[in-house]
Order: sequence, then structure tokens, then C-alpha cells
Amino acid sequence: MHTPGCTIKSDSLAVGYAHHTIVGGLNMHVMTGDLVALIGTNGSGKSTLLKTLAGLLPALSGSVSVLASEPGSAPKRVAYLPQHPVSSHTLPLRARDVVAMGRYAHLGLFRRESATDRELVSDAITRAGAEGFADQPLRQLSGGQQQRTHLAQVLSRQAEVLLLDEPTAGLDLTGKRAVADIIAAERARGVTVVVATHDLQDAETATAVMLLAQRVVAFGPPAQALSDDNIRECFGFTQPH
Amino acid sequence: MPMLSANPLLDPFTANEFMQHALFASVLVALVCAVAGTYVVLRGLSFVGDALAHGVVPGIAAALIFGVSGVLGAAVSAAVMMTGVSLITRKSRLSSDTAIGLFFVGMLALGVIITSRSTTFIGDITRILFGELLGVTTADLLWQFAALVVVACVAYVAHRPFVLMSIDDGLARTSGFSVPFFHSLMLILVAITVIASFQSVGTLLVLGMLIAPAAAGALLARRVSTMMLIAAAYGSAASYLGLLASYHYDLAAGGSIVFIAVLLFGITAVVSSIVARRKEYEIPHQHEHRH
Repeated sequence: MHTPGCTIKSDSLAVGYAHHTIVGGLNMHVMTGDLVALIGTNGSGKSTLLKTLAGLLPALSGSVSVLASEPGSAPKRVAYLPQHPVSSHTLPLRARDVVAMGRYAHLGLFRRESATDRELVSDAITRAGAEGFADQPLRQLSGGQQQRTHLAQVLSRQAEVLLLDEPTAGLDLTGKRAVADIIAAERARGVTVVVATHDLQDAETATAVMLLAQRVVAFGPPAQALSDDNIRECFGFTQPH
Repeated sequence: MPMLSANPLLDPFTANEFMQHALFASVLVALVCAVAGTYVVLRGLSFVGDALAHGVVPGIAAALIFGVSGVLGAAVSAAVMMTGVSLITRKSRLSSDTAIGLFFVGMLALGVIITSRSTTFIGDITRILFGELLGVTTADLLWQFAALVVVACVAYVAHRPFVLMSIDDGLARTSGFSVPFFHSLMLILVAITVIASFQSVGTLLVLGMLIAPAAAGALLARRVSTMMLIAAAYGSAASYLGLLASYHYDLAAGGSIVFIAVLLFGITAVVSSIVARRKEYEIPHQHEHRH
């Protein structure tokens, strides 16, 4: 049953690909406005968990709900930023067009873009710091500029839950600070944020941190979860030496 | 001795009804291919498009033998082809290009076998593979126009999921669109396009009209709608120039059109890469001036 104020809930959830479990035994209880940081190395299960919450992968076992319904069933209310969003060289799209796609979940097939939609798109472009190249073709943008474009797309959806897979990838220090500010501003308007990151600094402002190493190493408030032992265990498992 | 044309660029069309029909038919092909081809190029479906184009051969061949409409035969064949490909891709451990490749060459072979039972084998197979642009009837034109309207309307309605899928299937899914449904719909549009075009340019050459103008559009355009318009303009220009070359130099009409379409793409690719390189060179210099 959905608990009021609870945005993401899972019980003994196992996530993975086609019967191959990557992380099991996930018990989450994420409240509205929380920031959950998923920490771990590549292959630790961060992205798999985010894809499951976005409805792109089915839960292998256990139960999971996002906004009291099955993951993926409320596209207007949940926005997902994939890791390394694809940017094909052939796509004739300007950065602004890519940001406007964030509104498609609301517009469906038939609704025309309103002035409000266009305003939300412009606003998202400004907030993500993409106004300088908004009218450039996507294929001419640098990696960091493309990342800002995709981030603006996620913001333009005005979702209640943001699932961000390494949103600071490819960004410089200013960009990383901008992402932190965006996350803080979204939380201030009651948005729940789950963010996968390598960066321990990102995790310090979170409500809860989940350390993953193909299993849950620790899950709790940063001060508790980010102990030296936990961090060594989380980042040590794939070390070759 | 034939009279010298007063206007060699227009007279072939004003003086001959079959040339007018051929021009209308090939421009309709160019338009329907511009719409479907844009999504084929954006989503990287060229190989599936090729497979569908060849997969319709046995249906057309059987229709010719039994004396029913070639369009009906092609439609049945395309349906078998699409179901077969999606079944094999889902159930088999082979990669989808192997599955599609085997299926389409099998269908093509079946087409040749069926046609070999016909007394006019060479004529029939040539007509299927290369089209019969100079024998297009008014009824054919009407059917092509209807196909264009259907393809354009469906593309207009499904434009958002189609563009999302061009970036990433996951993006379409998380925006609330069913990827399997819209992928199938896109394949159906390609099938309708192939069926509407094979009488003019043939099943072997239709792929050129589907891809070359759209690929040129992708190189030049900054927006998907512009890409489609450029593709339509390129395809129509290739139709006109191809027919003109075919008339004056007695060349195969379908082949000339598709060859010119591919040639135009080649020229565009070379010119646009030179321009892009020059821009890359200019940008650092502009910065230097500013500082």
C-alpha cells in the first residue's frame, strides 16, 4: 500500500537484465522531496536500479512502486536522464528541439504546443545554462553542452520525480555546481530526486545514500552510510589489486 | 530524322502523355519516399527497408501469374516479411541483421522461382526489379497519391514518438509511447511506400529513392521538417533530371532517376564536408580576432 508522502517504495526488489540479478534485496522508502544518492563503481547496479525505477527494465523479483503505481506508468510525473544520452550525428535537431521533447509526455500525439510549454522549455534552457547554444544543431555541440541540453529536457517535463544517471558527466566545475543548484531548487519545490554518481561530495547533501557493489553495502543518512569501511568496501570490490 | 525540340527541357513532357505520367509518378514516389525515408534514415532502418523492398518480390510474382493486382501481392508479401522478421528476431539467438538478411534473400529467391514458371520470365522479373515508369496508368497514379496521403497523415500524427525513437527507444518509452507499436507502425509506412513505388522505380531501386534524398536532407537540415522538405526537393529534382536523361539519351528511366538521386547525395556529402571543414578552420581564427 502507498504510504502518504512516500514517493518510491520497494520491498526485496531485485534488479538486473533477463534473469541475471545485479542487485537484490533492495528495500527503499523514499519520501517526497528526498534526495537519494546512489554511489558505486561502474557495474555496481546504479544504472540498473534507475532504469528499473524509470520502467525501462522489469523488476526481477520483489515489489517496487513509484508515485504509488508501477514504474513507467506515470510518464508525465517522472523524468529520467540516461547515462551518456545518445547523440547521433545524423539527427537534424537543434538543442532547443531536444529540450522541447521533454514536453512530449504531456502533449501526447495530438495536443499542440502552448505558450506555457514554450515558456517551460525556455526556462529549462536558462536553468541548465544552455541558452548560449540553444539554436545550434545538436551534432555541433560539445559533450558538456549536450549533457546540459539533456538536463534541460528533463527539467522541462516539470516532473515530481527526477531519476538522474550521472548528471555531471562531462561537465566542468561550474557545470557541476549548476547541477547541484538545480537539484536543490527542484527539491525546494517538492521534487524527489534519485541521482547516480561517482562523486562522494555530491552525496553529502543527500537525505540518504545507497552504496552499491552489486549488493547494498549501506543505505542511510550520509554521516552513517559514508563511513570509511563502507566506502572501502563499495569501491574496493572491482579493484584489480 | 526527329524534329529538333524547341525546348529540350520541357518539350519531352508537354508533347508526350507517357512522359507526363512518368513525371507525376516519379514525383509522387519522391514525395512518399521523402516522408518515410526521413524516419528510415533517422532511425537507421535502411537494411530493414531494403529487406522489405526485396521481400515483396514473391508476392508480386505470384500476383502476376494468377492475374491479380500486383499491389495486393506485394502487400501480402510485405506482411509475411514483417511478421517473419519480428518473430525470428525475438525467438532466435541470431542478431537481427542476420535474421533479416536471410529472410530477405530467401524471399527474393522464392520470387525468382515463382517468376521462372512464367512464360515471360525475363520481362516479368525485369519489370518487378526495375519498374516500368513509362507504362504508368492514371489508376496507378491515383493509388500512389492515396498512399502518399496515408503515409503523410500517419507520419504527421506519429511524428513525436518517431523522433523520440530516433534518439533513443528508452526516451520514447519514458515519454509514455509504446515502442513496439510505433516501431511496427514505422515499418508499415515503409512497406506502404515500397508498395506504392515499385511500379515506377522497381523493388531493387526503391531503396535509393527512400534513402539518398533523405540522407542529403539529414546533412543539410537543422530540423526534421526541413530534412523532409529537402528530401522531397532532391527526389523531385532527380525524377525530372532522370526522366530527361532517359528521354534524350534513351536510358532506363528508373535507373536514371535513382542514379541521379544517389549522385546528388554524393555531391551534397562532399560539398557539406568541405564547408564544415572550412568552418572548423574559421572559428578559431574568429576567436583570435575578438580577443
